[in-house]
This record gives sequence, structure tokens and C-alpha cells, in this order.
Amino acid sequence: MAKQYETVIGLEVHVELATKTKIFCSCSTEFGGAPNTHTCPVCTGMPGSLPVLNKQVVEYALSVGLAANCKINQYCKFDRKNYFYPDNPQNYQISQLYLPICHDGYVEIDTPAGKKKIGIHEIHMEEDAGKLIHDEWEDCSLVDYNRSGVPLIEIVSEPDMRSAEEVIAYLEKLRMMIQYLGASDCKLQEGSMRADVNLSVREVGTEKFGTRTEMKNLNSFKAIGRAIEGERVRQIELLEEGKSVTQETRRWDDNKEYSYAMRSKEDAKDYRYFPDPDLPPVLISDEWIERIKKSMPEFQPERQARYVEQYGLPVYDAGIITGSKKLADLFETTSSICGKPKKVANWLMGETLRLLKEKGQEPEDLKFSPEHLAALIELVDSGAVNNQVAKEVFENVFTENVDPQKYVEEHGLKTVNDTGLLEETVRKVIGLNPGPADQYRSGKEKVLGFLVGQVMKEMKGKANPAMAGELLKKILNE
Amino acid sequence: MANRISDETMDYVGILAKLDLNEEEKEAARSDMQKMLDYVDKLNELDTSNVEPMTHIFSMGNVFREDVVTNQDDRANMLLNAPKEKDGQYMVPKTVE
Amino acid sequence: MEIKDMTAVKLSAAIREGRMTVMEAVAATIDAIRSREKEIHAFLFIDEEGACHRAEEVQKKIDSGELVGPLAGVPIAIKDNICTKGLKTTCASKILYNFVPTYTAEAVKRLEDAGAIVIGKTNMDEFAMGSTTETSAYGVTKNPWNTNHVPGGSSGGSCAAVAAGEVLCALGSDTGGSIRQPSSFCGVTGMKPTYGTVSRYGLIAYGSSLDQIGPVAKDVTDCAAILQTIASHDPKDATSMEREDYDFLSALKEDVSDLKIGIPNSYFGEGLDPQVKASILSAAEVLKSLGAEVEFFDLDLVEYAIPAYYVIASAEASSNLERFDGVKYGYRASEYEGLHDMYKKSRSEGFGPEVKRRIMLGSFVLSSGYYDAYYLKALRTKALIKQEFNKAFEKYDMILSPASPSTAPRLGESLSDPIQMYLGDIYTVSVNLAGLPGITVPCGFDNKGLPIGMQLIGDCFAEKKLLRAAYTYEQARGTYPLPKKEEA
Repeated sequence: MAKQYETVIGLEVHVELATKTKIFCSCSTEFGGAPNTHTCPVCTGMPGSLPVLNKQVVEYALSVGLAANCKINQYCKFDRKNYFYPDNPQNYQISQLYLPICHDGYVEIDTPAGKKKIGIHEIHMEEDAGKLIHDEWEDCSLVDYNRSGVPLIEIVSEPDMRSAEEVIAYLEKLRMMIQYLGASDCKLQEGSMRADVNLSVREVGTEKFGTRTEMKNLNSFKAIGRAIEGERVRQIELLEEGKSVTQETRRWDDNKEYSYAMRSKEDAKDYRYFPDPDLPPVLISDEWIERIKKSMPEFQPERQARYVEQYGLPVYDAGIITGSKKLADLFETTSSICGKPKKVANWLMGETLRLLKEKGQEPEDLKFSPEHLAALIELVDSGAVNNQVAKEVFENVFTENVDPQKYVEEHGLKTVNDTGLLEETVRKVIGLNPGPADQYRSGKEKVLGFLVGQVMKEMKGKANPAMAGELLKKILNE
Repeated sequence: MANRISDETMDYVGILAKLDLNEEEKEAARSDMQKMLDYVDKLNELDTSNVEPMTHIFSMGNVFREDVVTNQDDRANMLLNAPKEKDGQYMVPKTVE
Repeated sequence: MEIKDMTAVKLSAAIREGRMTVMEAVAATIDAIRSREKEIHAFLFIDEEGACHRAEEVQKKIDSGELVGPLAGVPIAIKDNICTKGLKTTCASKILYNFVPTYTAEAVKRLEDAGAIVIGKTNMDEFAMGSTTETSAYGVTKNPWNTNHVPGGSSGGSCAAVAAGEVLCALGSDTGGSIRQPSSFCGVTGMKPTYGTVSRYGLIAYGSSLDQIGPVAKDVTDCAAILQTIASHDPKDATSMEREDYDFLSALKEDVSDLKIGIPNSYFGEGLDPQVKASILSAAEVLKSLGAEVEFFDLDLVEYAIPAYYVIASAEASSNLERFDGVKYGYRASEYEGLHDMYKKSRSEGFGPEVKRRIMLGSFVLSSGYYDAYYLKALRTKALIKQEFNKAFEKYDMILSPASPSTAPRLGESLSDPIQMYLGDIYTVSVNLAGLPGITVPCGFDNKGLPIGMQLIGDCFAEKKLLRAAYTYEQARGTYPLPKKEEA
């Protein structure tokens, strides 16, 4: 009988914190500036420059740690991790090894077998590296230090996960928690949330862990799922062939669906960590911890329950909407403006998610304002635009955040409520389509839809289809 | 001399420190390091089992900066120092294999 | 009175009183440098144009009453490991041969705000690693008292420039004695403040937990004036301390009657030049005669300071010097194959032998398997040494000692044996380990005519007491001569 294997997975998740400035200098963390325009002597490793810690980084790290049920190292320090690479301007990264800010916590995930606790080994603060791009023309690499020094927390889990599903549930949970805390937007595609997967396999029933590999460069939940499956199969095949797994770092190529070993004889993996003499310790008082605890926001499960209770949303809908803080905030603000939560929910669950999927975006990328969604709902409710037009207008709200009122006026999309004009058009359509008109009269009610369509077409979509249908019936039955 | 530093160790430290010493330099460095380490071994005479390592002289902590952007773009001046530069970026030998 | 016979504080007074212009002071300084540099080589770079330009600006501000401080209009030299915006800053290393900082060190900025004028950058041991200024990549500096001898180091350029009368004052940096030892060798007054007193922002780091910038001058008054100007609580340096009192000039009173001074027995053992010993003891007698209580006592663990120091300093240096890699600034090898070869070649060609040795040692003591045995052990030893000093300062206001076991050695005679060279730092390194302030005041000569300096070591933040004692001694000692210019 074939051997049964179990996959053992632990995660190292890096999250970019939502601070305005970098962790050790007053440079902006804003995305997308021209290369090296958000840099200074500190984050480019100029000689003589010194780091000074951004207090907000500690606040965010603490809030995430407390939300993940961690213990806090009330005396914590920064250490230097020494390694040479051009994206690391000092050739050491300021991180935390000996006394990380948080340790020994857990988050709870839902699995088919019920709730499961995933242990958090530690959470530490550190600085991000710069960006390297390959220049084909010159056959060299170019370094941009705009991201260098952006604050990160690294959340290191225990090896408590056993499947890709659990890994994704854990990541979703972390992401939601951190988004609700406001500590990060956690966008996988833009890299503000990144996961390295430590994976090993062992025969079912054995206590001892197998040799693990670390996989990097996973920038979507799908990639993570595929990489886990790919690596699991690769390791089992090795073992089945009587070979052994090498402890190494591998880079996942999601296009080729294969991982490659990242090896270099010039990397000794001896980081010579030592306490950074430039940074005095961080002392976290009981009062500070209490203050953070008191300022904890309402998290997803509570918000979901409240939406069911307060707004009468179905549990499923409330779950989808609160699945992203951005979506939930949009829902709540828009509802408070227009007072029609169910309609707001429909727009978010329907058109909004459809367009996001179509454009390959995440809810965090949404740019339209709640005021504009509320205005659109009002336009529909007042009969000013019909549903078809509303969808068209919404696409523009979604992409350009246009003011729907103005857009409708500028593009002449207002529903024509002039009954005189409507009656004139209805009569014209009946005259032009004697066949279908006769069919209707002889009892084929289905053709009414066709005739309504023709009326809409004649009026360039601006008719109220319900009114057109009623009028058609009335006139055809005359 | 009590401390003997092997060729492997010298090469290993050379990789860590990114230093490529020629034979003469390597021998001089090895001999100095051995002497220094012998000398440093003197510290073992001290019982420090109950002593916390002292990383900072003063028991100060919580030196923070407020989260406010004050730095401005000084790229043009900083890049003047770059040995090689292209399109506002630092040029290095290619990093991907 | 000629400028070279003045002190910085006196020169500034003369300028502020209209007896002299800033431009005259700058011109005289440049002349003095020109006449001595060939012989001494204290400078790596002289900013004649910038200084003249600044002189006009400063003169205007003095005339309008905007600048009234004790250093207004005074030309000053800056050690070349302290960043000066727009002025090449090399650390006397090939690896920074063309580096032009985009910012000015906080200490220099404060001097400039007070109306001092940066005249140039001084020679030093490469990256401040050395005690003779012979490890400079740009040639040795010679001791103005006898040009066959070293000026000491690593701030040898700053101390020699003051001793040679090229400038009245300078900034140095002190990681293990780099201000106090060359001050002693050159017969000038130099001070290392309490760790955290002067911002390290812009000081190119050697051992970050040990480095401090400090003044080098002809007398205690100038040191106090400079310290008062450069000391600050700087938000850009997280290890910078907020102090209650920055009025160091007010400490200059002739009174030691309330002071209890301890002399460690262990500092007067084997290895101490008898002439230095006699000179220090007679300085102690002077302080005693002025009313201070002076006695010998036992300071333990002295012999452990040097090994602990070299482990900590090398470890920190190995990390601090990783940024010199040929990517962002400085030297890059002209030929290489790939990234790691570029790193290795640039660093191996860019750093001198002493720097490479210390980087190797530092990398080794931090490497896997040795960290606890060497690095943590050294940090624990440091804690014990600090405790010893705490005990001493419960009993004594300050400690009196030599600054170096000998006077300045001849050129080329110190570098051969590293242990011997490091042993020369015996009186200075523990002060850095414990973060204490120390001042060197000239107190005599040996039979070759080379200066001897005594060191006073205070408890943390006790600079005012130190300055008072040093000032009182200096007044009793009388004028300490400058070397006569040697005939070429």
C-alpha cells in the first residue's frame, strides 16, 4: 500500500504598515513615486546617518500582536541582520531577533472540521528593502530605494497548518484582522502583504517533522495554493524515490508552476545578528498595552453579526461585505447617507464585485466615494434613471468616481417620464411591428418583451421599461 | 598560540565580510586574529554568568519620531555620489541569474 | 598679538570688538596652514574658497549683532570622518575617495550656526582605526614637536593642526581614546564628552556605542566653548541625551578644594614610561596643593577593558562598514565579474590593511558559534567595568591618569605588533566602554621634548567638574608652549 503523507506548513507573513513615513526616517511611504525620490541619507545608507524609530510602527505592531492574542515583550530591542545585497543599502537590515515585540499568540480559523487555532510564534518589526529591476539593455540591475525603510511586521506562525485551504483561511483571517485594525491595506498584488511558505511532509503518524523548504515570491492566494500543491508533490516524489529533501529557499514561478532553488556559494546564511547600538530599547508599559486594547476596533465577526441585526442583511451577504474592511466601510457610510442598506448591499454584492473580478482588482482598490453610490441609488429610486442606465452609470462611478447626477445630465440619460412622448413612441412601435402586435393580441404575451425592447431602442434607453410595458398592453388591448 | 584559525574559517569570514585578501594579507590577518583572540580569551577569567550583556550605557528607551513626512526629494544630489547610475537609479551588476 | 598666539575665544572677542575682521582671521589661518602643511600634513582638504565666502557672511552677522557667541568668526578644522555638506569627506580611506556628503553633521552645523568657519578637513587613521594616523590612505601626519614622531591618533590631524598653530581649534572623534591620546602626544587639550552629549548624526560610525565627537584646542576654555556649542539633544540621533545644563563655560573657576580625586594603582604598573609617570604624579601634586584631596585606590578589571573594547568596537565596525560596497557612493573596482566579485574587489581594494583586519575580526566574533563566547562575553565584561567605575565615582569626583603609557613613538614603529599597539590604549578605552567624559591636559615633557598629557575622567554628565579641575590645573601650570617651527 502506498504511504500516506501529511503536509506540515508554517508561514512567515510580511505586512507593510500603513504609516505615512518610513520606520527610521521621515521619508514618505507613498507608492509610485519616481525612483529614489522618496529617499534620504538614512534609507539609502549614507555614511553618518542614523535611524530614529517611528512611534506609529510600534503602535501598529502592538495592535496586531494583541489582536492575535500574543504576549508582549515589554522590553524589546532592534537587531542588525547582516547580509550584502544591493536592495539593502546598509548591507544590514534592522530587524528584531532576540526580543521581538510580540510572541506566543494564535488566531482561530474555520475548517471543515470546525474551529482550529493556528499558533503565532512571534511578530517582529523590521524595515523593507529597496526594489531591484533588471535592465535588459545594459544587462545590469537598477536599484530604487523608495521602498527601502518602509515599515514591516513579520508574523511567524507555528507549523500548525496541514493544507493549502488552511493556509488561505489563516491568511484571510490575518488580512481581515489587520485591515480592520487599520494597520495595513494588506494588498497581496502590490506586495503590502507577502507570505513565505515553510513546508515539509512526513508520513502520517510520525511525530518528527520532515526537512522543510522555504518558498518565496507568492503574490496571490491562487499562487500560494498552487505553490503548496507543487511543493508537496515535489517533496513526496523525492521521498518516494528514496532521495531526501534539502533544506533550502525556493522561488516560486507562478507562470511555470514550478519552484527553483535559490542558491549561491556567496551566501553563507550567517546573519551575525547583534543588538543595534543606534537604537535604544522600546519599553512598553502596562498602560500602553491597556490603551491599545481599549482602542481595538470592531472586528469582522462582530460587524457581520451587527449587519444582520441592524440592517437586516442575510448572513451570507453580511459575510461577503465584511470580508473586506474597505467594502464594509463603504457599505456603512453609503447606507448612512441614503438610508437604504439593502440597496447598497445589492450594488456592492452585485455590480461592484463583478467589476472587481473583471478587472482583477481587490476591494481595497475601490476608489469611488460613498456619496456617489448613494446618489446613484437615489437616481434609480426616484425613477430618474432605469436599471439598465444605472448599471452603465455605475461603471463610470466605479472607474472614474464620476458624480452620477452630473454624468446622467451631461450624457442625457435621464428617463423620459413624458407620457405624451412615450405614448407616441409606443404607437409608432406598434405601427412598425404589425406582426408581433398581432401575435400579442392573439395571446402570445411573450412578445411584449420584444416590443418593450423596441420602445427602449427608439427612446435610446431613456424610457421607463415598466411604464412602456403597461402602455403597450393598454394600447394593444384597445 | 591557543587559537588556530583554519583556512576554511578565513575563507568563510572573507565571504561574510566580502573581503578578498591576498595570501600575504590573509596570513597577516590570521596571525593578528589569532593573537587578538588569545588576548580576548583573557575575558574567560571573569565570571559573568550573572551579568546581563550591556548594549546601551544608559537605561533610556522609547526614543521615537512622530509619523510626519518632512524629507524632500534630494535625489539629484545623492546620485552625484553613485559610481554608476541610470534613470535616477543606482546601477549594479545584474542580480538575477 | 598674532592670531597664532591667541585662543579661539580670544580671537572671537577681538573680532566681535572690531579689532580684527573675520576675513583677516581666515586669511591668517590659511597662511599658517600653507606655511606648515608641507612639513606636518595635518589636512586632507582645505576649503579656502568656502571659508572666504563664509567669512563675509559671518562678518555681516557679527556686525548686525546677530552673532555674539564665543566662537563667532573663528576658523575651525574638522576631522575627516565628520560629514560636511558639499565638502569631500573621506575618513582617510580610498573607499570614500570622492564622497561628497549631501548633509552636514549636527555638531558642525551647530558650530556654523554659532559663526565658526570650517577651514578644512583633517587627516586621521583610516575610519578612525589606529592610534598614530599612519593608517591614513593619504599619507602620515607628523608630530609638530618632532616630525620624526607620530601625532597619535586617530584624530592626529586635528591635534597636529592645533599644535602646529595652523588652526586654533578643531573637532575630533573619540572611540577608544582618539581625541585624548593624540592631544597628549601633541601637547594640546582635548575632550571626549559623556556618550550621548554630542550628536553622532553625520559622524561616520566606527563603534556606534563608543563614538563621540569632541573638541581639540589650545586650552580648557576653548574646549568648554566648543563643547557648549556642539552639545545638544538631537532628535536625529536616538542615543543623544537631553541634558539639564549646557553652560560649560560657567564651570571655569579656579577651585578644586571640594574635589576628591582618585588615582588607580593599577594604572601605574608595568609598561608605563617612568617619565610619563613622574609627570602625571607631579600634576597630581599640583592639584593637591590647590586643595584637592588626591589618593590612590584600587580600580579593578583594568586589564579586561582592552580585549572587551576590541571585540565590541570590531564587531560594530564590521557591520557599520558594510555599507561601503561600491553601489551608492565611493570607490568601485574597475573590473569585476558579477555582483559579489564587485563587492569583494571594491572593498578589498578600497580598505586599508588595518581596517580589513578589524572587519575580519569583527565579522568573526559575530559569526555563528562565536557570538556568545566573544561578543556577549565582551558586553557582559563591559557591564562589570561600568560597575567598577560606578563604585569609584561613589568615592571620588574624578579619576586622574595618564592618557598614554608613553610619549609619541617614532613614525613606523608602532604598527608591527597589534597587541602592543592596542595596549597603548589602556588608559583610554575603558572610558568609552563606560560612556564617561574624559579630558587631556598637557602637563609636561619627556627628555626628548615630547609632550605628556594627563587625563581626568569623570562620571557621566560630570563635564563641568572635569572642566573646573582641568582649568584650575591649567591656571597653576601656566602657559604651555607651542612647538617652535622646525627649520626646513
